[in-house]
Amino acid sequence: MTPLTSYLLLSAFLFSIGLAGALSRRSSIMVLIGIEIMLNAANLNFIAFWRFGPAPTALTGVMFTIFSIAVAAAEAAVGLSIILAVYRRTRSTDLEPTEAPHR
Amino acid sequence: MTLVFLILAAITILGLGAAMSLRNPVHCVVGLTIGFLGLAALYLQLGAQFVGLTQVLVYVGAVAILIIFAIMMMRSSESPEQQPYSRSWRVGVAIAFAVYCVLGWAVHFGAHTLPTQAATPELSVQQIGDALLHRFVLPLEIIAVLLTAALIGAGVLALQDPAGEVRGPR
Amino acid sequence: MPPTAWIVRNLWLIPALPVLAAGCIALLTQKRRALAAGLAIGSMFVSFLLAICAFSHMMLLRSQGIYHQVFNFHWLQFGHQWLSLGWLLDPITALMLLMVTFVGLLIFIFSVGYMSHDENFTRFFCFLALFAGAMLGVLIANNLLLLFMCWEVVGLTSYLLIGFWFTNPNAAAAAKKAFIVTRIGDLGFLLGMVWLYAQSGTLLFYDGGAGAIEPKAIATLLSHNTIWGLTVASAIALLIFCGAAGKSGQVPLHVWLPDAMEGPTPVSALIHAATMVAAGVFLVARMYPLMSAQISALASTPSVALQVVTWVGAVTALFGALIAVAQFDIKRILAYSTISQLGYMMMGLGAGGVAVGMFHLLTHAFFKALLFLGAGSIIHGCSGEQDIRFMGGLRKRMPITFATYTAGMLALCGFPLLFSGFWSKDEILFSAHSWEISQIPFYMGAFAALLTAFYMTRQMFYVFAGTHRTAPHSHEAHVEDASSPSLHHPPAGPHESPSVMLVPLVLLATFAVFLGFFGTPAWPWLQSFIEGAPVSFSLSGFSTPGLIAVMLSSSAIVLTGLTLGWWVYGRKAISDSSAHDPLAQAQPAIFATLANAFYVDAFYRATFVRAANVLAALSAWFDRWVWNGVVQAVSMLVLGFGHFDSFLDTHLVNTTFDEGCRGVSGSARLLARLQNGRVQLYLRYVAAACILFVVLLLWRATR
Repeated sequence: MTPLTSYLLLSAFLFSIGLAGALSRRSSIMVLIGIEIMLNAANLNFIAFWRFGPAPTALTGVMFTIFSIAVAAAEAAVGLSIILAVYRRTRSTDLEPTEAPHR
Repeated sequence: MTLVFLILAAITILGLGAAMSLRNPVHCVVGLTIGFLGLAALYLQLGAQFVGLTQVLVYVGAVAILIIFAIMMMRSSESPEQQPYSRSWRVGVAIAFAVYCVLGWAVHFGAHTLPTQAATPELSVQQIGDALLHRFVLPLEIIAVLLTAALIGAGVLALQDPAGEVRGPR
Repeated sequence: MPPTAWIVRNLWLIPALPVLAAGCIALLTQKRRALAAGLAIGSMFVSFLLAICAFSHMMLLRSQGIYHQVFNFHWLQFGHQWLSLGWLLDPITALMLLMVTFVGLLIFIFSVGYMSHDENFTRFFCFLALFAGAMLGVLIANNLLLLFMCWEVVGLTSYLLIGFWFTNPNAAAAAKKAFIVTRIGDLGFLLGMVWLYAQSGTLLFYDGGAGAIEPKAIATLLSHNTIWGLTVASAIALLIFCGAAGKSGQVPLHVWLPDAMEGPTPVSALIHAATMVAAGVFLVARMYPLMSAQISALASTPSVALQVVTWVGAVTALFGALIAVAQFDIKRILAYSTISQLGYMMMGLGAGGVAVGMFHLLTHAFFKALLFLGAGSIIHGCSGEQDIRFMGGLRKRMPITFATYTAGMLALCGFPLLFSGFWSKDEILFSAHSWEISQIPFYMGAFAALLTAFYMTRQMFYVFAGTHRTAPHSHEAHVEDASSPSLHHPPAGPHESPSVMLVPLVLLATFAVFLGFFGTPAWPWLQSFIEGAPVSFSLSGFSTPGLIAVMLSSSAIVLTGLTLGWWVYGRKAISDSSAHDPLAQAQPAIFATLANAFYVDAFYRATFVRAANVLAALSAWFDRWVWNGVVQAVSMLVLGFGHFDSFLDTHLVNTTFDEGCRGVSGSARLLARLQNGRVQLYLRYVAAACILFVVLLLWRATR
């Protein structure tokens, strides 16, 4: 297993952890956290490829990661404010419906 | 697969795993933070110091705090969640596991075509700054606009009156 | 050929008037007795006058040398062929018309008295009139089909009249028996008729040379041969003789006649003595050209048909006479006597020709009607008693009946010279004696004559001689016969009948005596009238070889029979009713056989009747289980199809449709679940879809 492969597998694992949480947790905040995890895993992937990739001097991976971090932060802010607004309405962050969906 | 890598990977995995599985959201955020730190260390180990420190600054310093603030704001009338997981959490986990398998398989499948670079590339902040303002100047500007929009939007959304009245255009 | 006279064209009136009367009487209520009787007697009287007209016209034609006159007309059309009907005036027709109308008239008048106590008086006269009309129709028909139709109506009215007191089961059974047995004969008649029509193309008797029994047709019929070497003419003649045998009670179809005595006595007199039973004889006489047709090679021997007729007649004559010896019912003795005399008539026709047979028919009609009416008078006087063992001493109590009955009895026996029966029977015996084929019929006839004299004497002694014997249960015996005319009479012992019944007796007795003189060999007027030879009174007629011998021997036979009867029954008066018949004491086995009519009825019952019952039961079983089973099976099949269809419809079609609808709505419900607004679910679907795509791509790449 080359170093790159190990980083890639780690990144995939972290991605699936994040996905599992995003798909299985009830609270919307937890879903947001999951999304953050996924983004981070993707960042790791980029850095790994930059490090072990063909043209590290092009800094593509690094730049992309920087932008990804910035976007993730913006998105976290906006997302949390939406959750807050919804929470103010429904007094709950629960994503699971309490009753069966209407037919 | 050096020892350092394994330790850092373990820390990251533990942290993020905890972030996704703990009941209390604050505990989850703590776990998240640990995970972020672990990732930052991994970046440092990979030689992207700037990214690693940026990660710490932004994610740990801003995003995690933000999340904690949000959690605290919603705590007032919220009792601890009775059930942290949805009713069909097993399905979700299964799908995630399937995704991991597929990704793992893709990696394994294309392993022989992946390149390998032995030496750590030299990277200085000046180079990053240079690239930002020359090659990646457009994304930089767009990110700036995006951040501005997010700022304004978050502010508008958060300014809603608890009584239900909304300030600003509907 | 003179133009057809008015009477010949209107011969149809003679039968039509009584039929019309019958129709009118049928519309009357039972209370209008006088009107019913008046209509019947009136119509019969007018027919009698018309018959006299016809007879005199026939005499006129004969004087001109013409033998018959016909009036034919078209009736039905089949394609290009016409079926014609017609009336025929013939010597035998003319004589028979006179006889039937006259005797019928007398019997109608007698019935007024005899049936006066019966509540169904009107119905009786309706049937009597219908019978008279049908019988007259048989006589005047020029078409075999018309004759057959009237023949069948005669059979029908016979059935109706025998079963007149239908509440009595014996009478109903007897009527059925009569109809069925004559039907058997009529089957042969019908076959013969159809065959004749097929071969000769016409059913008219005389049609100006083209008739079925005229020489041209006869020649055609003689030219073909059929089974057993018979000519077609003989075969058809034999088949038609079957019908005659049934109607005229020849052996073996005689069984219905004795049972027919269940009907009222006037019926027995008219139908079963004088007229209907004579219809068979008349048919043979009418078809005589066909019966006697013989191919030219064998011109001297009688035809096969005539031989059969003679033999059957002889056997019947003997048979009837034998059985009559052992009977105790006054009407049954006369019935078997009728059978015997009909045998004589057939024998006469076969051996001697039309004139011989017809002569005996005419004389027999009168004296037999006389005897039956006399029996009716006796029964009426004895308050319904019919068993001769319970009569006796009626000579003093019913003198006129006795006198007329004696006249009839002597005529029947053929008492020499004075009585008509002698002359007619002698003709028959003479013909039988001269028959080339065999002498056996002659001996049979002679023996039968002996027996005739014997049993009539026996009857006379039982009924009229000695003292009256009443049975202890005489009223119960016949009171069950609830519609017996004497039910309303007080039991005052035998008495003479009213004059409305006696006058016909006297008239008939006169004819019984004097009619014979029209046919003596000295002056064979009747024979010449029928056959055409010129006639004159001359004693040389007696000089025909063998005639005197036959006359003497028959006289001797008659006297022997009378003496024998007196010897056995007359010397010692029959003291009481329970005494055994002397003959029965002497020869019990033979007597028993004769009394049971040679067990013919029992034989028929054991064979034909049983076979018919078995067949009927089989048919009933077949019908119920097989045909009905088939019908049931078909209906079950149809029902099954119906059920199956319904099942299919409910479970297959409906269910399919319902399931289809349910499927659609179910799948719609399922699909609706996809869009429930749950974001996490969407995410899951997206992740799953991505997995699928990636796998697909990678799979491709690995291939």
